[in-house]
Amino acid sequence: MKLDAIDITLQGCAKHYPNGHRALQPTDLSIGAGETLVLLGPSGCGKTTMLRLIAGLESPDAGGRILFGSDDVTRRSIEHRQVGMVFQNYALFPNMSVRQNIAYGLRIRKAPAAEIKRSVDELLALTRLTDFADRSIAQLSGGQRQRVALARALAPQPRVLLLDEPLTALDTQLREHVRGEMDRLLRQLGVTTVYVTHDQAEAMALGDRIVVMSAGRIEQIGAPREIYHRPANLAVARFIGTISQIDGDWTEQGLLCRGGLLPAPAGTPPLRQFWLRPEDAIVVPPELAHLRGTVAQAVFLGERTRLSIAGLSNEPVTVDITGRFAPVVGDAIGIQIRPEAWQANLTYAEAA
Amino acid sequence: MQTDLTFSRPMRLLFLLPLLVVFAAFWLLPMGALLRISTGEHGGAYLALLHSPRYLQSLISTVLLSLAVTAVTIVLSLVAGLFLSRRAFPGRQLLIAALTLPLAFPGVVVGFMVIMLAGRQGVFSDLTQAITGTRSVFAYSMTGLFLGYLYFSIPRVVLTVMAAAEKLDASLEEAARSLGARDWEVLRDVTLPALAPALLATGAMCFATSMGAFGTAFTLATDIDVLPMVIYTEFTLNANMLTAAALSLVLGAVTWTVLSLAHTAGAQSAAPSA
Ligand SMILES: Nc1ncnc2c1ncn2[C@@H]1O[C@H](COP(=O)(O)OP(=O)(O)O)[C@@H](O)[C@H]1O
Ligand SMILES: [Mg+2]
Repeated sequence: MKLDAIDITLQGCAKHYPNGHRALQPTDLSIGAGETLVLLGPSGCGKTTMLRLIAGLESPDAGGRILFGSDDVTRRSIEHRQVGMVFQNYALFPNMSVRQNIAYGLRIRKAPAAEIKRSVDELLALTRLTDFADRSIAQLSGGQRQRVALARALAPQPRVLLLDEPLTALDTQLREHVRGEMDRLLRQLGVTTVYVTHDQAEAMALGDRIVVMSAGRIEQIGAPREIYHRPANLAVARFIGTISQIDGDWTEQGLLCRGGLLPAPAGTPPLRQFWLRPEDAIVVPPELAHLRGTVAQAVFLGERTRLSIAGLSNEPVTVDITGRFAPVVGDAIGIQIRPEAWQANLTYAEAA
Repeated sequence: MQTDLTFSRPMRLLFLLPLLVVFAAFWLLPMGALLRISTGEHGGAYLALLHSPRYLQSLISTVLLSLAVTAVTIVLSLVAGLFLSRRAFPGRQLLIAALTLPLAFPGVVVGFMVIMLAGRQGVFSDLTQAITGTRSVFAYSMTGLFLGYLYFSIPRVVLTVMAAAEKLDASLEEAARSLGARDWEVLRDVTLPALAPALLATGAMCFATSMGAFGTAFTLATDIDVLPMVIYTEFTLNANMLTAAALSLVLGAVTWTVLSLAHTAGAQSAAPSA
């Protein structure tokens, strides 16, 4: 199955709710044809509001415009926008079977019975639900419900697919698996997709581009690597992944901080702090290290161990190590900084 | 079913005792008496009912009246209840209060109000007199009874519809619309199926109440013999215990059958159709 892709444009779209709450500041956004765009941000930042504007479930404040391709859909209600929507709770019709749920959009369009059957069968196969076609919704697991919701949204061949936290209702184990399937499916379909999540790992894994939002505003738009390594500001850096601040005084050789001297590459402009991602530190024996501290906390996470190190700066610094080295609380520990981290640091410092 | 571990078994039986006593005193014993009286003379009373056009007519018109009242009540209350639970407008609370006020009135008062409206000295009578020159009076006819019963039932059903509509998951309707469904298709495919169990239950109650309603019919003193009126007449005026008992049991049986049919249908409509 392959769907036609169109681009989407939001122009000056703001949203006040009737109670006066301003959920979205005036926003411009372009979504490329066939692109998977992820709206990422903490709960309450306006992601669902933006999605509902695109869907046609809410209309923007006066002045806002929404275009599907060159088609101005601002005044068109959802039933005429040809969008596929997956709700956070899936919103499957409890009085219909799996097959009837998926067929609903085609039935409403009065498609011929043979065509409905063919296309529902194809979707059942695509979402691996063929064996469950005649089950009732109540008899399905969470992962199966999620797939029914997706298949139902896809059946009428939507111009855009809108997903609101589609994996949040699943348990962690299943979530990663379904995420992989979802990625494969979205790429295969080639449909323009807007995907809402508050989970940064999900955003990175699925998004061609990520829109980082906070308090009704877009903070940054960019590819996952761009957002992670070149955050537009400290809020973005903090929201995407973990970042620690190492304060110090600038000297000829580098940054002098509580844990020791952090040598800077030649040509580095004067700085008063260094921003460290956990994976950019290398743990070395204290006597060989630039910076020395003590382990304040060690959390074994399986594939890595997350250390919180005191004595490097005013606040504890978070560092990840891999392998079998197992430091315990109170151990003296030394760290070096990967040279490439300096490059990223300049971006963080600018952003700060 | 969860096992109750709170009290020991004898204690629990002890707690049930008052209920059992009430059940025996007010249900088992009178029912037994009714059954015994009505089946005396080899069930002749029931045969007599079958052969009496008057009793049969009364049974049929009571059932038809109750069915009509139930159907119209459901439709009107559905529209009103959905509207009230979905729209915010000034005066909404006032309207709800006004609509549900009749809850406070017993059947007698409802009957009285119908007379005020459409009785010989009623508003409607005066109005038609002024306009057409002849008084139109329908309080004491089937129409009057129908209006009275309707007036009595609507508030109860509206409240049930509102409570059920407020619990509806809005995203279900939004999902249907996203798939292209228009308003009436959303109503047909999502809203009504979701409301069906509540509608069936409240509809059954409405029917049962109408079948047994006495106060309104008594106040209106209509020429139409609804079953409860016939029972009253047979028992108090004609001292015909036998027929009164048999009619009571027939009334109970019809009502109970409808209630349990609705219950079964409700259980089915709550389950998926496929
Ligand atoms: N229908 C509504 N009426 C009033 N306020 C709302 C409504 N929907 C959402 N909000 C508010 O708007 C803000 C953004 O909500 P939402 O878009 O749902 O955020 P998110 O999906 O990012 O969690 C929140 O503060 C929320 O309380
Ligand atoms: Mg949301």
